[in-house]
Amino acid sequence: MTQHSSATSDDFTPTGKLQFGIFFQGVNSGTIWKAAESGSQTDFESFRRIAQTAERGLFAAFFLGEGLRLREHLGRPHALDVVGRPDAQTMLAALASVTKNIGLVATQNTTYNDPADLAHRLSSLDLISGGRAAWNIVTTDNAWTGANFRRGGYLDHADRYRHAEAFVETAKRIWDSWETPDGPARRVLHEGQHYTVHVTPRLPRSAQYRPVLFQAGDSPEGRNFAARQADVIFSAHPKFADAVEFRKDLVARSLAAGRGANAVQIMPASEFILAPTAEEAAEKKEWVRSLQIGPQQAVAYLEQFWGRELSEYDPDGPLPDIDPVVEETSETRGSGFHGAKARQLADQWRAEAKDKGLSIRQFVTSRTARVDATFTGSYSAVADQLAEYTRVGAVDGFNISPWLIPTGLDDIVNHLVPELQERGVYPTEYRGTTLRENLGLQTPVPSSETVRA
Amino acid sequence: MSDSETVRPGFLAIELDGAGWDGAGFKGTGFKGASPEGTGFASLAEAVLSAESAGFHVATFTDTPAPGRVNALQRAAYAGPITRTIAVVPEVDTVYTEPFHVATQLASLDYVSGGRAGWIATAAESREAAAAVGRSFVGGAALGQEAAASIEVSRRLWDSWEDDAVIRDVATGRYIDVDKLHYVDFDTAADFETPADFAGPAYSVKGPSIIPRPLQGQLPVLVAASLLGDGLVDANAVDAVLVSAPTPELLAAEVRDVRGRLGGSAAVIAELDVVLDARGQAAAERLAGTDSGRATYAGSAAGLVDLLAPLLAEADGVRLRPASLAVDLDELARLVLPELRRRGALRAPVQDGTFRDLLGMERPANRYAGTPTAAGAGS
Ligand SMILES: Cc1cc2nc3c(=O)[nH]c(=O)nc-3n(C[C@H](O)[C@H](O)[C@H](O)COP(=O)(O)O)c2cc1C
Repeated sequence: MTQHSSATSDDFTPTGKLQFGIFFQGVNSGTIWKAAESGSQTDFESFRRIAQTAERGLFAAFFLGEGLRLREHLGRPHALDVVGRPDAQTMLAALASVTKNIGLVATQNTTYNDPADLAHRLSSLDLISGGRAAWNIVTTDNAWTGANFRRGGYLDHADRYRHAEAFVETAKRIWDSWETPDGPARRVLHEGQHYTVHVTPRLPRSAQYRPVLFQAGDSPEGRNFAARQADVIFSAHPKFADAVEFRKDLVARSLAAGRGANAVQIMPASEFILAPTAEEAAEKKEWVRSLQIGPQQAVAYLEQFWGRELSEYDPDGPLPDIDPVVEETSETRGSGFHGAKARQLADQWRAEAKDKGLSIRQFVTSRTARVDATFTGSYSAVADQLAEYTRVGAVDGFNISPWLIPTGLDDIVNHLVPELQERGVYPTEYRGTTLRENLGLQTPVPSSETVRA
Repeated sequence: MSDSETVRPGFLAIELDGAGWDGAGFKGTGFKGASPEGTGFASLAEAVLSAESAGFHVATFTDTPAPGRVNALQRAAYAGPITRTIAVVPEVDTVYTEPFHVATQLASLDYVSGGRAGWIATAAESREAAAAVGRSFVGGAALGQEAAASIEVSRRLWDSWEDDAVIRDVATGRYIDVDKLHYVDFDTAADFETPADFAGPAYSVKGPSIIPRPLQGQLPVLVAASLLGDGLVDANAVDAVLVSAPTPELLAAEVRDVRGRLGGSAAVIAELDVVLDARGQAAAERLAGTDSGRATYAGSAAGLVDLLAPLLAEADGVRLRPASLAVDLDELARLVLPELRRRGALRAPVQDGTFRDLLGMERPANRYAGTPTAAGAGS
């Protein structure tokens, strides 16, 4: 058992290495389905192909996202983007039999699962994969998603992390309970605000002790929760200055939580558009964007905020001159609409678009989140850029969302990875057989002994 | 019994338990059924491939709580991509699991196995399982109702995407046709007709599913005969029934009886525990001390062939639970399955066939197909 990482050392030390993950989102506008190369979003072959490519590129992890209710748009399922994805742990258990080294990360929600059941299934995935499982903890909560579940949307948004923390503590105690060679040393009891759980754990520890914990969520409560509980943050801050800032913030929070400055790794969401030369990459980017945000998607994006059909507006013309419908926040209006002040927003956007001379399509393309997350350029220029992140320790790696399935990692693995290896900032082999080893994480200290903030 | 001229050769399923994969190698706890020497296989992959090459048509994965036993659905998922003919069929509880998760996990299993998935729907009567998820205990007749409700939710969710819902229509920019997605609007209190007096805690599920319709359209659903009946699971809601009896002699009669009661709507699968004379040890010795309460055959391979040949004419299939996976599977592969095939009692496995094909079932039409009011609220 390793010691606590020294809580007295405030000095964060860059590891000098990058690690890559692939984030197979499955429901988004980033994945292109209109190109000739676009494969199936559900066939196992797509998953096998991309996971095996990632493994060839020594990726640390294969992530699956999760959404427990289909996105809606103006009261009906959203029709324009890829949608429909397999259950994360079922797919990862299948991938475990056709991969050897890559970590298998399941995004799983704390609000619509039971802690004993989820802990058991994650242990199962961890054992079946020989110590390669991880849990990307998300806390999405709303009655709208809850409508698919027995417990319904029972949780107030304000409680999401309090609930998540109790949930994760319970899971950790379940994983820690296996103290004797023959079985669990104790039953685990959790008496919570929402329910009481009393369970006899049934599975031994895995080769990596227990599943690695990732956290995705960006609010201050989310960051504190990650600083206390997680091994890795799946962050939303890939831009250099922002990434450095996020690292500082996280180091401070980790120290405040009684953990070392290096205790929590950071892997921001990212997208790569690469080619042999800068010019070719720029052209490729135009092509990618035109397929990601087509004319209908651009208009639909605005419809979420306007709360009405805008199909009569030309995607290549100016933003709508009519005003949005002002109403209560509703998830059915569209996933992008979260209670923003609709009219104010519309005025602001119209002014901005007019100012910059942008059409609906150009404006929407400029606004989507992945704009910040994109690395565009020649293989060598992007490799230089990433090496700089590594030098200062802005991040521990990147979690890459491919814009094509299943060939979207090919140029990264074939060209970017060798460039990074030449610069000495990317692994040349897997360090070990477990995800924890490959990420360079320490073996956990049993939760009962963990220093609590 | 065995002399009907029109009988179709049967199929064989094998229960691939062991000490649990890959909490495998787990010993101790006195858990009944964990063979003391472990499973004899180095890995789940090795075990399932052995069963497939022996000619078994179906691998089942038990999921009752036991120390060291890994989640059954995940074991089945792991086996999916590395096999080509054998169906992978996990037990999944209906009482203390979320029906929405169960439905989407099983649909996913169908995708990763290329349409070779099935579901043994079980209903746990367990205070322990209730306490583990913080729910109140369900027992008695309510178990059958919980199973019925969960099966109904899954079936509706599997149909909630019509087969051709993914259209990828570049001209209109639509990836899916929303008219082919459906809210299932399941409600135990209002809308679920069978148990009007639903005894478990009432709930509802909205839908649609988060994954397109499974490859088979609907996964075959199997239940134990004990869950069928008035106010329990309707025989029309299942595709196959697992029939057990206290002794091998009574098994064929029980199969006939259940088939008589079902009227041929579902396949009938007989359950048999087996212990064979093997490696110089008599079955009776190897059997010592185990009693599952199910019909158990203990003896020579030749004797098992004589028992199975007529049973496979009576039932659609037989599920075997070997006392020791490696030891008995060896004997089954060498002596039992080849002889059954020679006698014409056993069907030839079909590469890349679906589990429905094996059960002789068509791919079902979608219940919502052509329904004018599709997903939506609309107004
Ligand atoms: C990079 C990133 C990826 C995410 N992926 C998912 C996902 O796949 N499924 C999901 O339900 N939520 C996802 N989330 C959102 C989380 O649910 C998060 O818990 C939610 O935003 C609420 O937390 P917050 O208020 O702290 O941001 C993601 C968040 C980030 C930052």
